[in-house]
Amino acid sequence: MMSDETEFREIEFNLAPDSLDELKHLVSQRAVDGDTVLLNMGPQHPSTHGVLRLLLELDGEQVINCIPDVGFLHTGIEKNMEAKTYEKAIVMTDRLDYLNNLGNNLAYCMAIEKLCDLDVPPRAQALRVILAELQRISSHLVWLGTHALDMAAMSVFLYCFRERESILDIFEMCSGQRMMTTYIRPGGLWRDTPVEFEDAVRNFLKIFPSRIDEYERLLTKNPLFLERTRKIGMLPPDVALQYGVTGPALRASGVNHDLRKVQPYSGYEQYDFEVPTHTDCDTYARYLVRIEELHQSLHIVEQALNKLPLGPVRSNNRKYVPPPRSEIGVSMEALIHHFKLWTEGFTPPVGSVYSAVESPRGELGVYLESDGSPKPYRVHWRTPSFTNMQILPYLAKSHLVADLVVLIGTIDVVLGDVDR
Amino acid sequence: MQITQMIVEAFQERFQAGLYEFRNEVSLILSTEQIAPAALALRDEFNFELLAEETAVDYWPEQAPRFHVVYRFRSLKHNAIIGARVPLDGNAPSMPSLVSVYANANWFERELWDMFGIRFEGHPDLRRVVMPYDWEGHPLRKDYPLGYEEVQFSFNFEEIDVRKPYAQD
Amino acid sequence: MGVEQKLGNMGVVTLKLEQLVNWSRSNAMWPMLFGLACCAIEMMSAQAAHYDMSRFGMELMRASPRQSDLMIVAGRVSRKMAPVLRRLYDQMPDPKWVIAMGDCASCGGVFNNYAIVQGVDEVVPVDVYVAGCPPRPEALIHGIVTLHEKVKGERLAHWT
Repeated sequence: MMSDETEFREIEFNLAPDSLDELKHLVSQRAVDGDTVLLNMGPQHPSTHGVLRLLLELDGEQVINCIPDVGFLHTGIEKNMEAKTYEKAIVMTDRLDYLNNLGNNLAYCMAIEKLCDLDVPPRAQALRVILAELQRISSHLVWLGTHALDMAAMSVFLYCFRERESILDIFEMCSGQRMMTTYIRPGGLWRDTPVEFEDAVRNFLKIFPSRIDEYERLLTKNPLFLERTRKIGMLPPDVALQYGVTGPALRASGVNHDLRKVQPYSGYEQYDFEVPTHTDCDTYARYLVRIEELHQSLHIVEQALNKLPLGPVRSNNRKYVPPPRSEIGVSMEALIHHFKLWTEGFTPPVGSVYSAVESPRGELGVYLESDGSPKPYRVHWRTPSFTNMQILPYLAKSHLVADLVVLIGTIDVVLGDVDR
Repeated sequence: MQITQMIVEAFQERFQAGLYEFRNEVSLILSTEQIAPAALALRDEFNFELLAEETAVDYWPEQAPRFHVVYRFRSLKHNAIIGARVPLDGNAPSMPSLVSVYANANWFERELWDMFGIRFEGHPDLRRVVMPYDWEGHPLRKDYPLGYEEVQFSFNFEEIDVRKPYAQD
Repeated sequence: MGVEQKLGNMGVVTLKLEQLVNWSRSNAMWPMLFGLACCAIEMMSAQAAHYDMSRFGMELMRASPRQSDLMIVAGRVSRKMAPVLRRLYDQMPDPKWVIAMGDCASCGGVFNNYAIVQGVDEVVPVDVYVAGCPPRPEALIHGIVTLHEKVKGERLAHWT
């Protein structure tokens, strides 16, 4: 196939960048002496949930040191958002944590709303809660499926993705896209949900509890699963706090901290739900916490749907929110606003805000700084996976390599969220 | 709001901290020497257990201060959040690291070194975290170009296609 | 097909070697288990029960490049990942094919910036591009069927 003239595109291989000299401070003296083995795991590895590279120092099968190397999915989202107007930058947020698209939209739009002091109508708030909770369920389903798959439980994966399809159908019904919805916008939602929405969600609420039981029947008392998860990856609460771990991983260490409860946003204070915690601090506890979160999310969705108010879904502050399509034909003012908002964008006041939501993985925060121009001056994403990932070397110490894939699963990292 | 008021008063007295307030969010403005003791005080005296975020903003072309390093601390006990900003001068700034106070500052500071070129003294492992190891420059600085490549449309398809580096087998 | 149509059923099928090899190649194509970003989640959906890619002989995802014929580049390829991707491609045995799944892999998508390779065809030669951000599982399956058609049309002279 390859003739001699075929031009080879030269690509420099810098995969093993760091000779041992540069990593000496991270490995033990035994690695320098050649007593232990340095092994590269990833970036293409089936159980690293994406493109995560781990440099392992091994004594036989035991992990002495684990050095994560991230950035293989670095997308330059923060820099790229600075080059777009506030509204256009929302498309970037979907692609950060690709299992929590609506949650990312929500965090970013909440930051803009805080910056501009923008009100959101109650119907939009309730719909945001419903969608965010459905997104949490779908994210946990992907986590559950892949986590079980890592432990060679294939069927859980198939069941989880079956239910996930029905959630994605609901998203598609609202926004026209399965994953990258860009549905939540500053000041509300892109548009109202279609009439079939309520029935679809109710239908899901009806079938899903029995499906959770199905997963639990497969895993919760499965001796193989217990063997792989009990007492694996112990994370004491003080260490978790010191490393800034948030989300289910923190709650499974017995710390009751959930931003939906302690710092309610989007009207979470109206709904009655519990924050599941566990005190066992191991992988199994984190599994139980996430399973219980599925129940609680369903409970929230049900309440929000039952008292879903009627009314507009976008704020009518025309300085920030474009007018509805129907007004453009009849109102000159609406036409001007539409034109201005979609060509130039809006100009928020100078200042900086931080707004955080509880994503399925933990605290998802947006630091947004405005210099008064139509483009954000600086957007920083405080992503939960990035912080939670730092706990992996601690968890992996003195475990077997086989347990490492379980540990990567249990902290539920999404590499798009880590690398941004 | 009670606890933040208390902290602001205490820190104004102890560190002569400045104050930045916007939309009910309070940030203390501290100098580079003060940030480590201030963080220690926040953690030990005021129960701010979590370092929620650490990032930076580049105000180029302004030189002094060119950067602001932004911290945000969260207290679970008081259910409060407080920010801190540290102005930094110059093109190759450095400041003390917070790794000894909050362990998760480790990657945040590696990211700041990677993206902004801010050195952290006393950091145990200051390597690039997300960019390739041999990357030059610090992408999130304002004088670093976005790296935009011209988009191929049907009218300029051929023109760009000629210089597009296609891979061979 | 061949002589058996003239001579009746003799219990044998005659066909060109080309057709036989292309048939076997296209019906037992082993993709590499290699997900990069958002598209990988849709690729997982395509493998799961609802879309069931195994209908097309594609259920066997190989984790090792040494055992796979098809690389589905599912997601954005960063500058840091590009050398890794090329090395994986070089490790795959011939014959091998590449599907660029999604806009980011095809042309950079919405990420026109310093970090992302503007189209994976700068790094590896691509056979089929699948549009969408991310493409629906149906779109991926369509891309795979398109690739099968392409493989079936390959000529003896092109074989490696």
